Amino acid sequence: MPGESDMNEGGPSGRFAPSASPLVHPHGVTERSPATPSGPSFRASAAKALGDAQLRANFRRAMDGLMTKRSAQFPDPGDLQALRDLGTAVRTRSLLRLPELLEQLEASCTRNGIQVHWAETCDQANALILGLLKARGATRLVKGKSMVSEEMHLNAFLESHGIESLESDLGEYIIQLDHETPSHIIMPAIHKNKGQIAQQFSQKIKDAAYTEDVDELTALARKVLRQKFLEADAGLSGVNFAVAETGTLCLVENEGNGRMSTHVPPLHIAVMGLEKVVARLEDVAPLYALLTRSATGQPATTYLNLISGPRAKDEMDGPREIHLVILDNGRSRIYGDPQLQATLRCIRCGACMNHCPVYTRVGGHAYEAVYPGPIGKILTPQIEGVGLRHDLIHGSSLCGACSEVCPVEIPIPDILVRLRREATHADAASAVAGQGTGRTTSEDLAWRAWAAVLKRPRLYRLSAWFATRFRQFIPGGLPLLKAWTLSRTTPLPAPRSLQERIRKEGMPRV
Amino acid sequence: MSDARAAILARLRAASTDNPLPTLDTAVLERRRWSPTERVKRLRRGMEAVHTEFLEARTEDWPEVLGAFCEREGIKTLLYGPGTEAGRRLAAVMAVTATALRPYDAPVETFKDELFQAVDAGFTTTLGGVAETGGLLVAPGPQEPRLLSLVPPVHLALLRASAIHDTLWSAIRSLGWDQAPPPNALMISGPSKTADIEQTLAYGVHGPRRLIVILVHDLPGTPA
Amino acid sequence: MPPARPSRVYFYGTCLVDLFFPEAGLAGIQLLQRAGVEVVFPEGQTCCGQPAYNCGYFEEARAVARTQIALFPEDLPVILPSGSCAGMMKHHYPDLFRGQPDEAAARAFAARVYELTQFLVDVLDVRLADLGPPVKVTWHSSCHALRDLGLKGQPQALLGQLANVELAPLARERECCGFGGTFSVRHPEISGTMACDKAADALATEASVVLSTDGGCLLNVKGVLEAQTAPMRVQHIAEFLWERTHAR
Repeated sequence: MPGESDMNEGGPSGRFAPSASPLVHPHGVTERSPATPSGPSFRASAAKALGDAQLRANFRRAMDGLMTKRSAQFPDPGDLQALRDLGTAVRTRSLLRLPELLEQLEASCTRNGIQVHWAETCDQANALILGLLKARGATRLVKGKSMVSEEMHLNAFLESHGIESLESDLGEYIIQLDHETPSHIIMPAIHKNKGQIAQQFSQKIKDAAYTEDVDELTALARKVLRQKFLEADAGLSGVNFAVAETGTLCLVENEGNGRMSTHVPPLHIAVMGLEKVVARLEDVAPLYALLTRSATGQPATTYLNLISGPRAKDEMDGPREIHLVILDNGRSRIYGDPQLQATLRCIRCGACMNHCPVYTRVGGHAYEAVYPGPIGKILTPQIEGVGLRHDLIHGSSLCGACSEVCPVEIPIPDILVRLRREATHADAASAVAGQGTGRTTSEDLAWRAWAAVLKRPRLYRLSAWFATRFRQFIPGGLPLLKAWTLSRTTPLPAPRSLQERIRKEGMPRV
Repeated sequence: MSDARAAILARLRAASTDNPLPTLDTAVLERRRWSPTERVKRLRRGMEAVHTEFLEARTEDWPEVLGAFCEREGIKTLLYGPGTEAGRRLAAVMAVTATALRPYDAPVETFKDELFQAVDAGFTTTLGGVAETGGLLVAPGPQEPRLLSLVPPVHLALLRASAIHDTLWSAIRSLGWDQAPPPNALMISGPSKTADIEQTLAYGVHGPRRLIVILVHDLPGTPA
Repeated sequence: MPPARPSRVYFYGTCLVDLFFPEAGLAGIQLLQRAGVEVVFPEGQTCCGQPAYNCGYFEEARAVARTQIALFPEDLPVILPSGSCAGMMKHHYPDLFRGQPDEAAARAFAARVYELTQFLVDVLDVRLADLGPPVKVTWHSSCHALRDLGLKGQPQALLGQLANVELAPLARERECCGFGGTFSVRHPEISGTMACDKAADALATEASVVLSTDGGCLLNVKGVLEAQTAPMRVQHIAEFLWERTHAR
């Protein structure tokens, strides 16, 4: 059982705030972060997280469990591939028809009595929601889980306007009590252990006795939150899939807080990124099958909630009004690039993080971003700008474990490479924000020198000759070597290169 | 926000291509098919794995089976929709038991506190089930309101074995939801659950703590 | 679709094998020769261009790649003792040269590229006889061999032919060792942690040697093992196979 070390010490103070904290790596050496001055330093926050053995153990255990559960859900590789192909085709078709489907969604929703609003920016979306709440005198909002609302920083915004915005997903509730951000898009409190949650509940929930029993902790939250559902003036949810043909909002969940938030209060506001639309309700079936299996290794969640309208005249319950807010926030810009568009296929299952060797070791907070892990590594720079996130897009070994499991086959490593280029080159009409702002003279010169040598075999041979002859004297103070030798010995070239041996001794014979 | 709408759609249109749409090969969904009895088994297996409980019943005696369950479990108040055929049959039987039947026949605002605090269980019918993963298909509406299957701590659901579909995909198509879905439709696989604390599964977090399926064995030739 | 068994192939040494694992290059050539194939090793080989490509310096990568493609004009298979460099050439050259005047040539070249064990098993169907003493080894799959090239157990199949070799699998055989080229020096803390975990996984098998198709992974794991003065060696699979199967 995990101990009680405070593993959240390293949590980010603000998700998008620049981090200037000194870099402390696991071996105790302190350096300044090499990141661009204006963006958060992934290297620094990752190094800090790596120093927290408890955090690493928690993530490793959790990710191991999730990987095992996922793979148990896909016993037949052929069926898995067929389902991924279908899911990819459904999402690709949706994107190819995106403007048309969004208009159709709007028309279908309107016909069903769901009012549709559009927002280009998070500020617009926040203002829209505040307006809806204020017009109805609503001061208590309960929320189902929504990553788009995290993107909007909706809670902070509403609270600054005197509206209680309460997370009701148990994991989100836990982190909201500590003013933290999610460390995983599906399991937001995965970085905390039950000892910490027990402490937190006993201190922050009225009349709560200290207990580490998970059923008792869950019952405590149930008691508090059911009262909140009962009293809420409005409920807010995300949208997993929005169906253009039928005007249906699909919500996938286990806890029932999504149903509570969307069906108990008189007003339901749903927020979605504009990419969430699919053409037909039957398209949801393969996506749902991929989502639940990829995310948590479940064949199905407890609830698949299909909402196609508010309370009808003869109904006894349900919200009297439903509003759908469609958010852009940079997505239409991403849409404009044929390669980057694949980013928008994402169904937010989190499998890429569960399988990522980097995420597993540093946890979600180290990314200092709403969306952590591999998908965050390609999405965040596209929304915020590649220059600001230059060291984040290099924080990957390009091992490809993410794209291997992605249910909609997003080529995450290829997109990372593309973004690395965008960050350092400003030579084309680009859909990427902050293009070219990560370029440094030293890196530029290094690659030019690299190419100058390697496209001239004689220069390469000469370099190889020096490297092999003077292999014992490679200066350890070289910056790159210094980084390499934090955990490793200096690599020692062979006494003679392969090419030199073949040239001198001739081809080997058998 | 019509400006936002116009601006967003304009950007998307400007970037749209006339690339051919990839075809949808649904063979992987279509081949998920089972015999009626195998469907019952799969549904049970899937739902029992997530703590759903089953009561065996026949078309002619399910209200008695349900009544006996309520008495055995000490359910004092059972909320139900009085307008359905099933509701009427239930009312006739439950009148002689210790369980008080509470009809859900008025707007929720008139008894919200009672709903949250004084009801032990809710009874709903279902439109059927899904064999592949194990789930109930529920379409709340005027006769069986939305919160009936959500707020009471125990959800009792009536399922006919003959109404179990192969997959969610085939159910959506054969129920016509792809053409005209009800204002609210659900697939429910078990009682409310969470794994948000150290990935430890806990049941009954916000919704029902227990889901009891009254399984009516109405397949032709099935021994009851 | 593997080609018919060719009588001649090209061998591409790769920069890491050239500088750090020349024995692996010689062994690779000999394994091919022993299978009855004439091996051509063109002069002028440098690097496939992957480091610059992965960092977004496409022009620099292309300039180098172009000089390399030109070394292999004949329509012969090109064999590499590296999953990563083979992955670069096979999988990424077509992207790198998209829209360039020599795109067709780059694609044609890419189609001829094979990783060594892939070629030995899928095309040459080699049979190995073990001449070495009993030994326990462990195997690290390079990510690019696994995922860019889609290697499906060819190295393990070759090791399985060796009667005295016991293969003790890693607990996390498919997990990255943390090398990642420039990643290892841009993010040395994360990379180093991954490498240490890989080394610990290898040590837990109690094998005497870690084998891999890739020089990058080997350098990485070797650096950690040496830093920890751990009783375990690393070796390129080509060198290991040759050592155990040729009569001295």
